[in-house]
Amino acid sequence: MSHDHDHTEDHAHVHRYPPRPDQDDTLTYYRAMEAAVRELLIDKGVLTAEDVRRQVENMDGRNAGLGAKMVARAWIDSAYKQRMLANGSEAAEEIGLDVGPLKLVVVENTPTVHNVIVCTLCSCYPRMLLGLPPDWYKSRNYRSRVVREPRAVLAEFGTVIPDDVLIRVHDSTADMRYLVAPRRPQGTENWGEAELARLVTRDSMIGVALADPA
Amino acid sequence: MTNPDPLRAHHDMGGLPAGAVEPTEHDYALWEKRVDALMVLLGHKDRRLITVDELRRNIESLGPEAYDKMSYYERWIYAITQVLLQRGVITVDELGRKIEAIRARETQRG
Repeated sequence: MSHDHDHTEDHAHVHRYPPRPDQDDTLTYYRAMEAAVRELLIDKGVLTAEDVRRQVENMDGRNAGLGAKMVARAWIDSAYKQRMLANGSEAAEEIGLDVGPLKLVVVENTPTVHNVIVCTLCSCYPRMLLGLPPDWYKSRNYRSRVVREPRAVLAEFGTVIPDDVLIRVHDSTADMRYLVAPRRPQGTENWGEAELARLVTRDSMIGVALADPA
Repeated sequence: MTNPDPLRAHHDMGGLPAGAVEPTEHDYALWEKRVDALMVLLGHKDRRLITVDELRRNIESLGPEAYDKMSYYERWIYAITQVLLQRGVITVDELGRKIEAIRARETQRG
């Protein structure tokens, strides 16, 4: 808070930045199209407003905490880790995570291999365990370059992978989604699963970052 | 951006030269979340009114200029609408009238 000015108003109510405009405020052509299609489908009984509300809520409830739970479990339970690497979908379901009809493949980072995921053709992403993807994941620059110069792209995220570590880039498809299991940070030997899960960030499961340090 | 490789479709960009990755993110607007929800609900096994392949075919047949200019969920709602028209679930006439009604409602609301 600035002390250069002598204000008499209650500073708690002064906005220092203009509020971010609500994207729903402007009725763009495509926003009108969304509303029209949704209302037509409701009118025709194809779906209900409640179905839409519930599905929006379902996706809103999905975030990287789900994937983190699976990775943390694998860190403390090597038998589980083997099952996870053999069949990601079944391993997710085993700990109560709903992955739907998509095939999930978990790829493990090791001292010699670092994995990173992309969808060069569109935006396929392990959305069932991470939520909706960040914009950059869907961007032309990421999709184009990470398959050709992953080391340089990772460095742009501040992640420098040593030259003697192989980088594997996994190109996702509509039916098959990859998730990266990052390496367990040092100094976490006696940590519990919930504590460990907090170190497993979204970006570490995409592979553009490492898990947070202890 | 013009396609530097005429044998490739515009969306097929893996390995092509491009700029630095800007770490951009935004909180999805409600209308974007609804587009996402429509795709999931229409594709659900109880309805089967769209497949992922249909969504992609319609997105990928956009011209390069439109593809780059439209936002992600704009491309999606465009493609979903095309599929529903192609399948006869909705008609152009119904869609046009509904959009008009929504615009009129919005104008009234101010």
